[in-house]
Amino acid sequence: MSPSPSPQERVHSEEFLHTLMRRQLKLSVICAATFLVVLLGLPLANYWAPALMATRVAGFTLSWLILGVLFFPAVWAISWYFIRRSIWLENDEVAQVQAAQEEAKK
Amino acid sequence: MSAPALPLGLFAGVDPWIFAFSFVTVVVTIWMGFRSARTSKTASDFFVAGRSVSVGWNASAISGEYLSAASFMGVAGMVMSSGYDALWYPVCYACGYLFLLLFIAGPLRRFGAYTIPDFAEGRYDSPVFRKIAVCFVLFIGFFYTMPQMKGAGTTLAYIFPGLPYWVGVVLVGAVITLNVALGGMKGITLVQAVQYWIKLFAICVPIFVLMSVYGFYGRHVGVNDGRSIAPAVGLSASPAAHAGGGDAAVTILRKPLGEKAPSDLAWVSPFGPLTTKAAKTAGLTAEEARPYSLLYTYSLIIALVCGTAGLPHILVRFYTNPDGVAAKKTTMWVMILIGVFYVFPPIFGVLGRDLLPELYAATGAKGTDKIVLELPRLLNERGGVWGSVLSGITCAGAFAAFMSTFSGLLVSMTGALAHDVYGRMLRPKSTAAERMFAFKISAVVIGAIAIGLGAQVEQLQINFMVGQAFAIAAASYFPLLFMSVWWRGMTMQGAAIGMLGGGLAALACTTIINLSDLKIVDLAAFWKVNPLLRILCEQPAIWTVPLAIGLMIGVSKLTAATIPSDIRMKMLVLHAPEKLGLKQEYIQEHSAGAGH
Repeated sequence: MSPSPSPQERVHSEEFLHTLMRRQLKLSVICAATFLVVLLGLPLANYWAPALMATRVAGFTLSWLILGVLFFPAVWAISWYFIRRSIWLENDEVAQVQAAQEEAKK
Repeated sequence: MSAPALPLGLFAGVDPWIFAFSFVTVVVTIWMGFRSARTSKTASDFFVAGRSVSVGWNASAISGEYLSAASFMGVAGMVMSSGYDALWYPVCYACGYLFLLLFIAGPLRRFGAYTIPDFAEGRYDSPVFRKIAVCFVLFIGFFYTMPQMKGAGTTLAYIFPGLPYWVGVVLVGAVITLNVALGGMKGITLVQAVQYWIKLFAICVPIFVLMSVYGFYGRHVGVNDGRSIAPAVGLSASPAAHAGGGDAAVTILRKPLGEKAPSDLAWVSPFGPLTTKAAKTAGLTAEEARPYSLLYTYSLIIALVCGTAGLPHILVRFYTNPDGVAAKKTTMWVMILIGVFYVFPPIFGVLGRDLLPELYAATGAKGTDKIVLELPRLLNERGGVWGSVLSGITCAGAFAAFMSTFSGLLVSMTGALAHDVYGRMLRPKSTAAERMFAFKISAVVIGAIAIGLGAQVEQLQINFMVGQAFAIAAASYFPLLFMSVWWRGMTMQGAAIGMLGGGLAALACTTIINLSDLKIVDLAAFWKVNPLLRILCEQPAIWTVPLAIGLMIGVSKLTAATIPSDIRMKMLVLHAPEKLGLKQEYIQEHSAGAGH
C-alpha cells in the first residue's frame, strides 16, 4: 500500500472499519452500562436495603416510585443522549471521508 | 346501532355503550384497511411499506403493534394479583427497546432486506440459514399469536355474556386476515398507528376520571400499609386510614380483601408472591426464599429485555424506515410512546386492589385479568352512564390491542412465507405480481392456522403464553442479531447452533412447565424438592441467553475457516453511514459475483 492511500482505499481499509465500529460500540456500551447499573442495581437495593426502599414517598414506597414512575424518563434521557451522539458520530465520519476526497482532488 | 345479523337473544345482558365503542373500533379498522389497500400496489408496499414510512407514523405503528392484549389487560391484572414484582413487566417491555436502539436498530436497517431471514442469509451467504431463520419467525409468531387470540375470545365473551369463546377468535381473526391480505404492510401501518392512539386514549382517560373520583395513584398504593381495614362499618366499603399526605379531598375507600388476596406488605414490597412461589412451595422460610426471589427477578428481567429486542414482528418493521438514522430516531420515539402508555396499566391494578377485591376470588380471565374492563363500571354506582361509557372506551382499547398485534404478527409471518419460502426457496424466478399473489394466499393460510390454534388455548393464561414467546425470542433471535452485527468472527455454523441451542433449551423449559401446570405430567413433588430447578425452568433466560452466546462463540472459533470472504464489506455496510454510498457498491459487487 502506498504511503498516502486514496480516499476510496481508505474507506475500505481495515483501519477505517475498526475505528467506525469501535466509536459506535463504545457509545452503545457506555449507554448500556448506565442503563444496566440502574436496572440490575434496583433488585440489589431491594435485597440489601429493604427498609430504605420501603420508605414512603407520597404514598409510594421508594422502590415502587423508582420502578413504576421514574424509570421511564431515565431511559428516555439515555436514548436521547445516544441518538444525539450517534448522529453526530455518523456526520463526523462522512465529513472526514469527504474532506479526504477533497484533499485528493487537489 | 344494531347488528341484525346476530340473534337478538345475545343482546340480553349487553351494555349498549360497551357494544357501541367496540363495534366502532372494529368497523373503523376494516374501513381503514380497505382505504389504505387502494394505495398498496407494489410488492415493496406489501412487504416493507415501500420503505418510506416517516418517523412519526412508524413510531406510532410500532408502538401500536407492540402493545398487545397482554400489555393492555394482562399487566393491570398482574399488578393487581402480584403487586410490586409485576411492575417489572411494563418497565422491561418498554426498556427492552433501549437494547434494540443501542445495538441493533441502525445496522439492521442499513443491511437492507425485506425480512429477518433475508438478513440471516445475506450476512452468512447461506440459504440453509435462511430456512432455520424462517422456522423461528413462524414458530415465535404462532406462540405470540395464541395469547392475542385468547384476548379476543375472552373480551368478546365479556361483552356478550353467553357467546362461546371461539366466536371472538374467529371474528377478530377473520377481520385482520382480510386487512392484511388486502393491504399488506403498507395497509396495516396506518391502522396500527391509529390503534396506538386509541389505546393510549382508552387507558388514560378512564384512569384519570377514576383517580379524580376515588383518589390518586400514590394514595392508593399508600393505603396498602398492613393496617387492618376497619371492619363492619358498612356492607360494601369502609374508609381506610389517610395515607401519604393527610388532608385529602377524597377519602380512599377500601373494600376488605378476600382470602385469596396477598397481604398488604407482601403485595407492596419486592420479592412478593410472584417471585417467591417456587421457594414457598418448597417450604422455605421467608428469609431463605429471598435469594431465590432475586434470581427469579434477574431471570425475568433478562427474558423481557432481550426478548423485546428479538421479536421478529417488531424487527421487521425497522425495514420500513427510509434509512439507519431514521431507524434510530423511530426507536427513540417508540420508547417514549410506549413508556407513556405503560405508566397507566399498573394504576388500574392498584385501584382494582382497593376498589374491586372481589376479583381475587377467581383466576385468569374471570378474575384479575378483566380489571381493566370491569373497574370503570364502578362509576355507575355514582349515578349516570359514565361508568359504562368509560368501560366501553377501555373495551375499544382492548380490541385495538389484540387486533393491531395480531395484524403485525400476521404480516411478519406472511412475509416470511411469501418472500422467503415462496419467493426465495420454491420459485426464485417468480415475478413481482406472483409474489404479491403469494402474499395474499399466505396471509389467508396463516390467518386460518392462527385462528385454529387460538381456539385451543382457552385454558392458558395470557401473560404466561406471552412470557414464553419472550423467553424463546430472548434465547434465539437476540443473540443472533447482537452477535451478527458486532462480531465479524461469527460463522453460519456458530450462529445456527447457538440460535437453535438457546431457542430449543428455552422451548424445552416452557414445555415442561406447561405440561406440569396443566397437570398432564405430575411434577409437583419434584418441584417441591428442587425450587431452584423450578425457577430455572420457569424463567430460563438467565442461563439460555449466555448458553446461546457461548455456543455461538465456541462453534464460530472452531469453524473460523468458513467466515464469509467479504466480511469486511458486509461489516462496512452494516455500520457505515448511508451517505458514503457503500450499500450500492455492495449490491453491485454482490450481484456481479453471485449472479442473482
